Formats: sequence, C-alpha cells, structure tokens
Amino acid sequence: MESYLSIPHLLAVAGDEKIFGWVTPFVWYSAIKVLVAVGLMLTMVAYTVWVERRVSAFIQDRIGPNRVGIFGLLQPLADGVKSFLKEDFVPGHVRKVFFWIAPGIMLLPGLLSIAVIPFGSKLGEQDMVIANLNVGLLYTFGITSLSVYGIVLAGYASNSKYPFLGGIRASAQMISYEISMGLSVIPILLIVGDLNLGNIVAYQGGSLWGWFIFKAPLSFVIFAAAAFAETNRLPFDMPEAENELVAGYNVEYSSIKFALFFMGEYASMIAVSAMMATLFFGGWTLPFFGLDQPATTWLGGLLHIAIFLAKTCAWIFLMVWIRWMWPRFRFDQLMDLGWRRFIPLALANIVITAVVLWLKA
Amino acid sequence: MESLFFYLFAALAVVCGILMVANPFSRNPVTSAMFMVLTMISLAGVFVLLHAYFLAAVQILVYAGAVMVLFLFVIMLLNLKEEEKRKPGWVRMGFGLVSAGLFAALLLRSVAAARNAPLETAAATVDGGVKPLGLLLFTEYPLPFEIMSILLLVGMVGVVVLSKKELK
Repeated sequence: MESYLSIPHLLAVAGDEKIFGWVTPFVWYSAIKVLVAVGLMLTMVAYTVWVERRVSAFIQDRIGPNRVGIFGLLQPLADGVKSFLKEDFVPGHVRKVFFWIAPGIMLLPGLLSIAVIPFGSKLGEQDMVIANLNVGLLYTFGITSLSVYGIVLAGYASNSKYPFLGGIRASAQMISYEISMGLSVIPILLIVGDLNLGNIVAYQGGSLWGWFIFKAPLSFVIFAAAAFAETNRLPFDMPEAENELVAGYNVEYSSIKFALFFMGEYASMIAVSAMMATLFFGGWTLPFFGLDQPATTWLGGLLHIAIFLAKTCAWIFLMVWIRWMWPRFRFDQLMDLGWRRFIPLALANIVITAVVLWLKA
Repeated sequence: MESLFFYLFAALAVVCGILMVANPFSRNPVTSAMFMVLTMISLAGVFVLLHAYFLAAVQILVYAGAVMVLFLFVIMLLNLKEEEKRKPGWVRMGFGLVSAGLFAALLLRSVAAARNAPLETAAATVDGGVKPLGLLLFTEYPLPFEIMSILLLVGMVGVVVLSKKELK
C-alpha cells in the first residue's frame, strides 16, 4: 500500500513515457468530435434564441428582430456583444462564491449530455458518437439530474425572496419530473434490452412503425411532458414564472452571468430535443432509401448527421411553438400532474409492456 | 494514464470529503452539501476506472442528482444561522472520532484482506453491464435486495405517518 503513495512511485508515474503514450488516434478523433459537437451546440443555442424571438413575434403578429443582418441573422452576435458589455452588477447581499459559480453550473449539463448521443452513423471509419457508452441512457439521466444545482444555487446565492422561491420551486419540480421521466423510458429498455443509445437507434431502423413514438406512445407522452418540465419550459416554467416571481432564480443576475443562464436553458432544451429524436424518432435513421443502415460513403454519413439535426431542430421548434401558445400550469396542478397522474401511468406502462413481452416470448 | 486519473479522482474525493466535514473557510451547511456532491462525483470517477460503469452512472443519478438535491432542499428550509454559530462539543467530537476510528479500522482490515485475494473475480462480476448486475440481484441475492426494498418502504410509511397532523 505504501509503495503506491510514496513520492518515488508518484514521480515514476509522472515521468513515465507511457504518460504521453495516450495521445492515440482515438484521442485525436474524440477531441475533434468534442470540439465540433460543442461548437455546433453553442451555435445552435445562439440561433435557438433568435428562432424563439422570431417565432414568438410571428405568433403575436409582430416582426421581431430583423435589423442586424439579413432576416436579423446576426442578431445572436449582437446579443452576445451586448451582454458582455453590460455592467456586471453584483448586489451587496449575495453569497459571492455561489453567485459566481451558479451560471457556469447551469450551462454544463446541457453540454455534457450530448456526449453519448449518436448524432450520425459513420463518417469514414469513425462512429459519429463521442462516447459509445453501454450505460448511455443512465449517463444522460445522471447528467440531467445535476442540472437542478445551477438553479437551486442561484436562488440560494441571490439571498432574496423571489430567487429563493424560484430555486425551491425548481428543485421540487425537477425531482418530481425526473421520476416520471426515468420510469417512462423503462418500457423502451424492456423492448430493446439495452441501455446503449446506439443500439436503441439501430433497433428503430427498418420501418416507420419501429420508431418508439408508435411502439411506445404512452412512454412518449410522459417523456415529452417531463422534458418540458425538466428544461423549465412553458407550460411548466415555474422557476421563472415572470408574472409571479418577477423572473425567479435569475432576478439578481445581470450581464454575461444572466446570459449564461439563458444559454443554459437553451442548451438543455437542445439536449433534450436530441434525446427525443434519439429515443422516439429513430435518431439518424430514416426508413426510406436504405438510410437506416450505417453509412458507407462520406455523403451518406453527412446525410445521416443532417437527418439527426433536422429531427432535433423540429423538436426545438415545437418547444418554442408550445411556449407561445400555452398558458402556465399552477404549481399545485404541476405537482398533481407529476405525482398522481404521470407516475402511476408510467408504472402501469411498464407492467403492461412487460406482460406483452412475456406473452410474446 | 489510468493511474493518473485514479490519483486525480481519489485526491478530489478525499479533499472534498475533508472540506465537507471540516471546512476552515465556511461553516455553511450548503457549502458542505456541495462538497459532498463533489465527493460523490469523484467516487463515480473512481468507479469508472474500475470498469463499473453502471455503478458510476447510478452513483451520479441517485446520490449526486437525487439524494443531494433533497439534502440541499431540506438544508435551505432549515434555520442556518444557528448551525453556523454552533461549536462542536466534546461529547460530539468524541463520538465522531470513535466512529471514524472504527470505520477506518474496518476499512484497513478489508483492504488487508483484499490484498491476498485475487482481484479479477470481483471486477468480472460487475463489469460495466446492467445484465450481470441484474442477474446477480435476482438469482444470488434476492433476499438482501428485497429486505432493502422493505426497509425503504418502512421509511416511506413512517414519513407518511409522522407527517400527518393529528395522530389517532
């Protein structure tokens, strides 16, 4: 035991040539995938905000931001510059350390959860997934469950009433809906028999009826509702609820810190849309023209990535659309829906799926 | 590379664990809870290095994600000012030291015992997958598994009874 902790051993480990032997092609390709995926994700975050503003304007019969660039396409850039240049005001009554780290914690889970999502089949020799984990689905749920810390800490750090109420609401809501979200995907795991997201996508190839939105519709409904609750989008945006809590957990934040909260919300929205496309809409597959087989050419690989992105974007658009069409639930209604409707329904769904699979076997 | 990551996660776990119980900068319970979250995440890292991917994911999902959020929730609703002022008394310190000492002895003993046993068997049974773990739980260890669930059920019933306003 001592030999492992002794200074000479530690130095030997650090000085070993093997320590730099890890820079293999695998590491290079992974690094490139991470860079591209995160870059794409952040770009999508910026443009989701723009889409949100344009779509909301269209729904409310306004025009929306259309001045910066063609169709206002440079608006995200202007927004970014603006939030950097605004005064970063820190109120005197806040708890400084938590106040500083909360926005960062808020942005992380959304970015981390794309690591296991297969966003394409193959490009050349490379699988288009950053980490092909066998427990992929559990990993995403684990990361999603961490996203509540950003909001709770922001509410606590702000040390005033509205943010605190927003934070408390957020933690109650997210814990509640995590349960129904987790239970809702168990039928899928029962059918596929695997937690690997790549295998779940492969299972859905073949025909349109193989998609889990048709095979497990109840799972889809519960998962979709829980996804809205987990990302704090209307009709479940309790932590913010502008007309009750002013703006909830982010009242005391300004400048780039506020922008980070905003980006965090949109990043988790994109992540959950990608999950939705992967779990229920066949991921990168399409049941036509043999597009459900892993690509052999570069063009096919790019096409698969485009299919996946299109499905994800469709979900993002739907989430934006719903936000501007639906009123907000009341908090007790939200809790009632989560605990007394969705959880029993999800449990029944599991039992029914298990019995059907048992009868088929 | 693996040993480097092991030292990283192990050191993080130990340092965050110490900061959780004895933070010289802050006696704020929320800070302690956040260090506990970091300890849990570092332990999940160690599990990954042991190829126990399922355990690692569940560690994050259950402990870091659910249990600690509840902890935080409760801590925030308690009156924090008193806890920050309270000085640890001698009785408290004594009990703490005795239990820590006993636990350390237990740990050292099991480490000493494990050094002689081959490690491969332990790693092979929980290797990553969910299937081997599920099979083990439902074939070899169903009784402990069920007893655990009954324990949780009893806890839940207890909470429901206690939280009722009027006890008849």
